[in-house]
Amino acid sequence: MAWVNAIIQGILIGGLYALFACGLSLMFGVMKVVNLAHGDLAIIGGYIAVGVIAVTHIPVLWSFVIVVPLMALLGYVLQRTVIQASLDRSILTTLLVTFGLSVVIENGLLEFINADSHSLGVGNAIITSSFSIGSQITIAYLLLLIFVVAVVVLLGLQYFLSMSKYGRLIRAVADDKEAAQLSGVDYRHVFGIAAAIAFGTVALAGIAYGMYSQFSPTTGTDTILLFAFAAVVIGGLGSLWGTLVGGVVLGVAQQIGAQINQSDQLLAGYIVFLAVLALRPQGLVARRAQS
Amino acid sequence: MSVATETTARSVEKYRVTRSRRNVAWTGLGALVVVVVLALFPYIVYSGTTSIMVQAFIVLILASMWNMLAGYAGLVSVGQQAFVGLGAYFVLILNIHSISMFTALPVAAVGCGVASLPMWWLVSRLRSGYFAIATWVLATTVLLIIEKFPSIGGGTGMSLPHAPNISAALLEAETYWIGLAVTVLALVTVYLLLRSRLGLVLTAIRDDEMAARSSGARVGLARMLVFVVAAIGCGAAGALLAISQLIVQPSAVFSVQWTAEMAFAVIIGGLGTIEGPILGTIVYIVLQQTLASYNAWYLIILGLVAMFVALFARRGLWGLVDEHLHIRLFPVGYWLWAPGSSGRRRRDSTEPGRRGISLRRRGRHS
Repeated sequence: MAWVNAIIQGILIGGLYALFACGLSLMFGVMKVVNLAHGDLAIIGGYIAVGVIAVTHIPVLWSFVIVVPLMALLGYVLQRTVIQASLDRSILTTLLVTFGLSVVIENGLLEFINADSHSLGVGNAIITSSFSIGSQITIAYLLLLIFVVAVVVLLGLQYFLSMSKYGRLIRAVADDKEAAQLSGVDYRHVFGIAAAIAFGTVALAGIAYGMYSQFSPTTGTDTILLFAFAAVVIGGLGSLWGTLVGGVVLGVAQQIGAQINQSDQLLAGYIVFLAVLALRPQGLVARRAQS
Repeated sequence: MSVATETTARSVEKYRVTRSRRNVAWTGLGALVVVVVLALFPYIVYSGTTSIMVQAFIVLILASMWNMLAGYAGLVSVGQQAFVGLGAYFVLILNIHSISMFTALPVAAVGCGVASLPMWWLVSRLRSGYFAIATWVLATTVLLIIEKFPSIGGGTGMSLPHAPNISAALLEAETYWIGLAVTVLALVTVYLLLRSRLGLVLTAIRDDEMAARSSGARVGLARMLVFVVAAIGCGAAGALLAISQLIVQPSAVFSVQWTAEMAFAVIIGGLGTIEGPILGTIVYIVLQQTLASYNAWYLIILGLVAMFVALFARRGLWGLVDEHLHIRLFPVGYWLWAPGSSGRRRRDSTEPGRRGISLRRRGRHS
């Protein structure tokens, strides 16, 4: 029964990892940018939520109403300035610049705030509680909520990309930005919109993580970036549902690892990641060959 | 007919290809003098200075290796701390078994080279940004595995148990000399490697990978070779770190900060030039020493400067020097001397670093 519990917890936490990953996946899919500052930006979302809650006293659950638009705006601005400028130069430059951004954000947070851990107390009696199935399986409403949010975000993104006018523009620009440009689309603006959406999901991921666990300036790279990346690779690049599968596989691997030995949680996840990399590279490379 | 003969004759007689526009013998002599002066440092400066110099040596070795990876092979690795850490741990493990830490250094470096082969097999499946994060995950995995062994300090690390039983001053001087020797060896290796056929292949790949592949360049092999050499170099730097600190702590030796430092030094100094990492390391050490009392500020400033340089001065500080003075201290490309010219035309395609990072996308999109 303990194993079943581990698997169920793993699936639920996988939703959080998928939430980490979908912004990374979207930015790579549309702009071919691997944003190495992805995790640090999620942590910035978490810190903004801490600040917003301290100032406005809105409930933690509703903090996303302010934080998501703020981060989306930041995403649009960053994309139109720094990221677009480095894209105009080369893919290598985008890596150098986003890595620089990651280090600057992380150390900036250490300097301006501190190395202490913060967390967003949920402050809602129902969400903090949990329900039990049988005697061994306990499911926290919070994790269930995060999982549902992740699925809703992925469904929403899927619907948005395949059905809406802007989604069509984004797909067109992702396919061939020069051709889209010739048809009168300002691809830079569309890139900005895509980045804004990606940063919106990043903000949600930051808030969700802050409610689930404690975070500090180094959480961005230690946890969020690496987990997001592992989820993307395990699930297969370029597919939003693959991202959810990858997140769930990573989560289950970690929980099973923790079940074997508490200190093996992270290692188990990375070993599954490396095994996927070693044994199923064809599945991983398939989508990328086109780009 | 006479025209044809004339052209042939001209191309035979008048075109000359040399390594550099100027004779670089004096550079070699200058480098030798610098090394000799540096070797005398323990006799003429305070020991505090030599320990800062050892730090500089470590960063310089790392930067040269990262420059070869990113600037020539196009491999942006964010996981080089894996080899810094492994190098340090190899020294620790050998030292636990009563092997002198100085003897352990070359063994550690080679060990890192061997360890890099399976790692290359894994990460070479991914490209550009995903390659970068995969190396990072790999470094974290190595750290997590090493922390599982309490006999080598577990999660907290341990001091070298058999540090040499000599006076502190002598130990410091010996560490300094070993550091200098490793640095010189690393720089010479990188220089010779990039002047060799491998350098030419790497340049071809960087300019146009598909054209290089279709001309028979063994792209995968060349990249693997660079990855392994960089692992050996970073391992040697890690071993030097363990020797200079006499303690190995997992979170410190496997910190991604090492990669940040090497990358920033290279980008600021000039990506894709031999001279860049040297200049970048000097900038790095000066900034770090001046801002030492302000914690992480030097990293923030270095990061911002590196971002600025990557965007607006893509050939770094050395690029500026080269542009205005036309100096290459360590040429790895070729000059083409046109008939009657003073050698102003340069065959760009064989001069790494001459054009910065991207060659195909020079112009902005309209």
